[in-house]
Amino acid sequence: MQCARLPAKGPEEESAGWLRRLGADGGERQAAERALHARRVRIALAEVRRRSASTPVTGPELDDVAHQAAGDAMIAILAKLGDFRGQSRFTTWAYRFVILEVSGKLGRHYWRNPPVALDAGQWERLPDRFGIDPARHAESAGILAEVRRVVDDELTAHQRRVFVAIVVDGTPLDALAAELGLRRNAV
Amino acid sequence: MSDLERLERFLRTDPRDVGCDEALAVLHIYVDVVATGGDAAGRYPGVAAHLLACGPCSEDFAGLLLAVTDG
Repeated sequence: MQCARLPAKGPEEESAGWLRRLGADGGERQAAERALHARRVRIALAEVRRRSASTPVTGPELDDVAHQAAGDAMIAILAKLGDFRGQSRFTTWAYRFVILEVSGKLGRHYWRNPPVALDAGQWERLPDRFGIDPARHAESAGILAEVRRVVDDELTAHQRRVFVAIVVDGTPLDALAAELGLRRNAV
Repeated sequence: MSDLERLERFLRTDPRDVGCDEALAVLHIYVDVVATGGDAAGRYPGVAAHLLACGPCSEDFAGLLLAVTDG
Protein backbone atom coordinates (compact mmCIF):
# COMPACT_ATOMS: atom_id res chain seq x y z
CA MET A 1 0.00 0.00 0.00
CA GLN A 2 1.34 3.37 -0.97
CA CYS A 3 1.25 6.24 1.46
CA ALA A 4 -0.06 9.44 -0.02
CA ARG A 5 2.25 12.32 0.77
CA LEU A 6 0.67 15.50 1.97
CA PRO A 7 1.51 18.39 -0.33
CA ALA A 8 3.83 20.96 1.21
CA LYS A 9 2.22 24.21 2.20
CA GLY A 10 2.20 26.64 -0.71
CA PRO A 11 3.66 30.10 -0.26
CA GLU A 12 0.24 31.77 -0.24
CA GLU A 13 -1.08 29.40 2.40
CA GLU A 14 2.03 29.87 4.51
CA SER A 15 1.76 33.67 4.24
CA ALA A 16 -1.92 33.59 5.15
CA GLY A 17 -1.03 31.48 8.17
CA TRP A 18 1.47 34.04 9.42
CA LEU A 19 -1.00 36.88 8.93
CA ARG A 20 -3.76 35.00 10.71
CA ARG A 21 -1.61 34.07 13.68
CA LEU A 22 -0.03 37.53 14.02
CA GLY A 23 -3.49 39.06 13.86
CA ALA A 24 -4.94 36.67 16.46
CA ASP A 25 -5.34 37.33 20.16
CA GLY A 26 -3.49 35.97 23.15
CA GLY A 27 -1.29 32.93 23.03
CA GLU A 28 -1.52 32.25 19.33
CA ARG A 29 -0.24 35.70 18.49
CA GLN A 30 2.50 35.52 21.12
CA ALA A 31 3.66 32.17 19.77
CA ALA A 32 3.76 33.57 16.23
CA GLU A 33 5.72 36.62 17.39
CA ARG A 34 8.20 34.40 19.21
CA ALA A 35 8.64 32.21 16.15
CA LEU A 36 9.14 35.22 13.90
CA HIS A 37 11.52 36.81 16.38
CA ALA A 38 13.70 33.70 16.46
CA ARG A 39 13.94 33.78 12.67
CA ARG A 40 14.72 37.49 12.65
CA VAL A 41 17.53 37.11 15.16
CA ARG A 42 19.03 34.22 13.22
CA ILE A 43 18.89 36.17 9.96
CA ALA A 44 20.26 39.37 11.51
CA LEU A 45 23.18 37.50 13.08
CA ALA A 46 23.95 35.78 9.77
CA GLU A 47 23.73 39.10 7.94
CA VAL A 48 26.09 41.04 10.23
CA ARG A 49 28.59 38.20 9.96
CA ARG A 50 28.26 38.16 6.18
CA ARG A 51 29.05 41.89 6.18
CA SER A 52 31.74 41.75 8.88
CA ALA A 53 34.63 42.18 6.44
CA SER A 54 33.29 45.53 5.27
CA THR A 55 32.56 47.13 8.63
CA PRO A 56 34.80 48.29 11.47
CA VAL A 57 32.17 46.99 13.91
CA THR A 58 33.35 43.72 15.48
CA GLY A 59 32.76 41.18 18.22
CA PRO A 60 29.96 41.68 20.74
CA GLU A 61 29.05 45.03 19.20
CA LEU A 62 28.31 43.26 15.94
CA ASP A 63 25.97 40.87 17.76
CA ASP A 64 24.35 43.86 19.48
CA VAL A 65 23.70 45.41 16.09
CA ALA A 66 22.03 42.18 14.99
CA HIS A 67 19.78 42.01 18.06
CA GLN A 68 18.86 45.69 17.74
CA ALA A 69 18.09 45.21 14.06
CA ALA A 70 15.91 42.18 14.80
CA GLY A 71 14.02 44.08 17.49
CA ASP A 72 13.47 47.19 15.39
CA ALA A 73 12.46 45.06 12.42
CA MET A 74 9.73 43.45 14.55
CA ILE A 75 8.31 46.86 15.42
CA ALA A 76 8.27 47.83 11.74
CA ILE A 77 6.74 44.51 10.68
CA LEU A 78 3.89 44.71 13.19
CA ALA A 79 3.27 48.39 12.37
CA LYS A 80 3.13 47.66 8.64
CA LEU A 81 1.35 44.32 8.71
CA GLY A 82 -1.60 45.92 6.94
CA ASP A 83 0.66 46.99 4.07
CA PHE A 84 1.52 43.41 3.12
CA ARG A 85 -0.08 42.82 -0.29
CA GLY A 86 0.87 39.22 -0.86
CA GLN A 87 3.15 40.10 -3.79
CA SER A 88 5.85 37.96 -2.20
CA ARG A 89 5.99 35.39 0.53
CA PHE A 90 5.26 36.91 3.90
CA THR A 91 8.61 35.77 5.25
CA THR A 92 10.51 37.45 2.38
CA TRP A 93 8.59 40.66 3.03
CA ALA A 94 9.35 40.42 6.75
CA TYR A 95 13.03 39.50 6.31
CA ARG A 96 13.50 42.60 4.14
CA PHE A 97 12.96 44.73 7.25
CA VAL A 98 15.72 42.83 9.04
CA ILE A 99 18.21 43.23 6.20
CA LEU A 100 17.48 46.95 5.81
CA GLU A 101 17.77 47.48 9.57
CA VAL A 102 21.16 45.75 9.53
CA SER A 103 22.27 47.98 6.62
CA GLY A 104 21.17 51.14 8.33
CA LYS A 105 22.62 50.27 11.72
CA LEU A 106 26.00 49.22 10.36
CA GLY A 107 26.13 52.52 8.46
CA ARG A 108 25.48 54.48 11.64
CA HIS A 109 27.82 52.37 13.79
CA TYR A 110 30.64 52.89 11.27
CA TRP A 111 31.34 56.32 12.76
CA ARG A 112 31.72 55.02 16.31
CA ASN A 113 34.94 53.36 15.33
CA PRO A 114 35.89 54.58 11.85
CA PRO A 115 39.08 53.44 10.15
CA VAL A 116 42.21 55.49 10.67
CA ALA A 117 41.84 58.99 9.24
CA LEU A 118 43.00 59.18 5.68
CA ASP A 119 45.49 61.65 4.32
CA ALA A 120 46.19 63.32 1.03
CA GLY A 121 48.26 60.32 0.00
CA GLN A 122 45.05 58.42 -0.65
CA TRP A 123 44.80 60.16 -4.02
CA GLU A 124 48.23 58.88 -5.01
CA ARG A 125 47.31 55.34 -3.98
CA LEU A 126 44.18 55.24 -6.13
CA PRO A 127 45.90 53.63 -9.17
CA ASP A 128 47.01 50.73 -6.97
CA ARG A 129 43.58 50.38 -5.40
CA PHE A 130 41.98 50.30 -8.81
CA GLY A 131 44.49 47.74 -10.08
CA ILE A 132 46.00 49.92 -12.77
CA ASP A 133 49.11 48.39 -14.33
CA PRO A 134 52.24 49.97 -12.74
CA ALA A 135 53.64 50.49 -16.24
CA ARG A 136 50.80 52.92 -16.81
CA HIS A 137 51.18 54.77 -13.52
CA ALA A 138 52.80 57.80 -15.20
CA GLU A 139 49.85 58.05 -17.56
CA SER A 140 47.36 57.50 -14.75
CA ALA A 141 49.09 60.14 -12.63
CA GLY A 142 48.24 62.71 -15.30
CA ILE A 143 44.61 61.56 -15.41
CA LEU A 144 44.49 61.58 -11.64
CA ALA A 145 45.79 65.14 -11.49
CA GLU A 146 43.08 66.22 -13.92
CA VAL A 147 40.38 64.40 -11.94
CA ARG A 148 41.62 66.06 -8.78
CA ARG A 149 41.53 69.48 -10.47
CA VAL A 150 37.93 68.91 -11.58
CA VAL A 151 36.94 67.71 -8.13
CA ASP A 152 38.58 70.74 -6.50
CA ASP A 153 37.45 73.38 -8.99
CA GLU A 154 34.20 72.29 -10.52
CA LEU A 155 32.25 70.26 -8.00
CA THR A 156 30.15 71.91 -5.34
CA ALA A 157 31.33 71.49 -1.76
CA HIS A 158 28.68 68.81 -1.22
CA GLN A 159 29.55 66.95 -4.43
CA ARG A 160 33.24 67.13 -3.53
CA ARG A 161 32.61 65.77 -0.04
CA VAL A 162 30.60 62.84 -1.41
CA PHE A 163 33.10 62.05 -4.18
CA VAL A 164 36.15 62.17 -1.93
CA ALA A 165 34.46 60.16 0.83
CA ILE A 166 33.28 57.36 -1.45
CA VAL A 167 35.86 57.22 -4.24
CA VAL A 168 39.03 58.40 -2.51
CA ASP A 169 38.49 57.43 1.12
CA GLY A 170 36.41 54.33 0.40
CA THR A 171 33.71 55.22 2.93
CA PRO A 172 30.70 52.86 2.65
CA LEU A 173 27.76 54.64 1.06
CA ASP A 174 25.39 53.78 3.93
CA ALA A 175 27.88 55.20 6.43
CA LEU A 176 28.19 58.41 4.45
CA ALA A 177 24.40 58.69 4.13
CA ALA A 178 24.08 58.27 7.90
CA GLU A 179 26.77 60.88 8.53
CA LEU A 180 25.13 63.40 6.18
CA GLY A 181 21.62 62.61 7.41
CA LEU A 182 20.54 61.69 3.89
CA ARG A 183 18.77 58.76 2.33
CA ARG A 184 20.95 56.39 0.37
CA ASN A 185 19.24 57.50 -2.84
CA ALA A 186 20.15 61.14 -2.25
CA VAL A 187 23.84 60.32 -2.05
CA MET B 1 34.40 42.84 -8.40
CA SER B 2 37.44 45.13 -8.39
CA ASP B 3 37.48 48.66 -6.97
CA LEU B 4 37.80 49.99 -10.52
CA GLU B 5 34.66 48.13 -11.64
CA ARG B 6 32.83 49.40 -8.58
CA LEU B 7 33.93 52.95 -9.39
CA GLU B 8 32.83 52.64 -13.01
CA ARG B 9 29.43 51.37 -11.92
CA PHE B 10 29.13 54.11 -9.33
CA LEU B 11 29.83 56.81 -11.92
CA ARG B 12 27.79 55.30 -14.75
CA THR B 13 24.06 55.95 -15.00
CA ASP B 14 21.80 53.45 -16.72
CA PRO B 15 18.63 55.25 -17.87
CA ARG B 16 16.57 52.25 -16.74
CA ASP B 17 17.92 52.50 -13.19
CA VAL B 18 14.96 53.06 -10.84
CA GLY B 19 17.08 54.30 -7.92
CA CYS B 20 17.47 53.07 -4.36
CA ASP B 21 14.04 53.93 -3.00
CA GLU B 22 12.07 52.14 -5.68
CA ALA B 23 14.43 49.17 -5.79
CA LEU B 24 14.23 48.66 -2.03
CA ALA B 25 10.45 49.04 -2.07
CA VAL B 26 10.11 45.97 -4.31
CA LEU B 27 13.21 44.10 -3.19
CA HIS B 28 11.19 41.32 -1.53
CA ILE B 29 9.21 40.75 -4.72
CA TYR B 30 12.35 40.73 -6.84
CA VAL B 31 14.10 38.34 -4.47
CA ASP B 32 11.17 35.92 -4.46
CA VAL B 33 11.23 35.80 -8.26
CA VAL B 34 14.97 35.10 -8.22
CA ALA B 35 14.63 32.51 -5.45
CA THR B 36 12.00 30.59 -7.39
CA GLY B 37 14.05 30.60 -10.60
CA GLY B 38 12.05 33.28 -12.39
CA ASP B 39 13.32 35.93 -14.77
CA ALA B 40 13.51 38.79 -12.29
CA ALA B 41 15.72 40.96 -14.51
CA GLY B 42 13.30 40.52 -17.41
CA ARG B 43 10.29 41.43 -15.27
CA TYR B 44 11.98 44.27 -13.43
CA PRO B 45 14.74 45.64 -15.70
CA GLY B 46 14.92 48.92 -13.78
CA VAL B 47 15.59 47.11 -10.53
CA ALA B 48 18.15 44.83 -12.19
CA ALA B 49 19.94 47.91 -13.62
CA HIS B 50 19.96 49.50 -10.19
CA LEU B 51 21.32 46.44 -8.43
CA LEU B 52 24.18 46.33 -10.93
CA ALA B 53 25.06 49.97 -10.24
CA CYS B 54 24.43 50.36 -6.51
CA GLY B 55 26.73 48.47 -4.17
CA PRO B 56 24.69 48.94 -0.98
CA CYS B 57 21.40 47.88 -2.59
CA SER B 58 23.19 44.96 -4.20
CA GLU B 59 24.39 43.94 -0.71
CA ASP B 60 20.82 44.14 0.59
CA PHE B 61 19.68 41.98 -2.31
CA ALA B 62 22.39 39.39 -1.62
CA GLY B 63 21.55 39.33 2.08
CA LEU B 64 17.83 38.94 1.54
CA LEU B 65 18.30 36.25 -1.08
CA LEU B 66 20.54 34.33 1.30
CA ALA B 67 18.04 34.72 4.15
CA VAL B 68 15.24 33.38 1.97
CA THR B 69 17.15 30.50 0.46
CA ASP B 70 18.86 29.50 3.73
CA GLY B 71 15.83 30.23 5.88
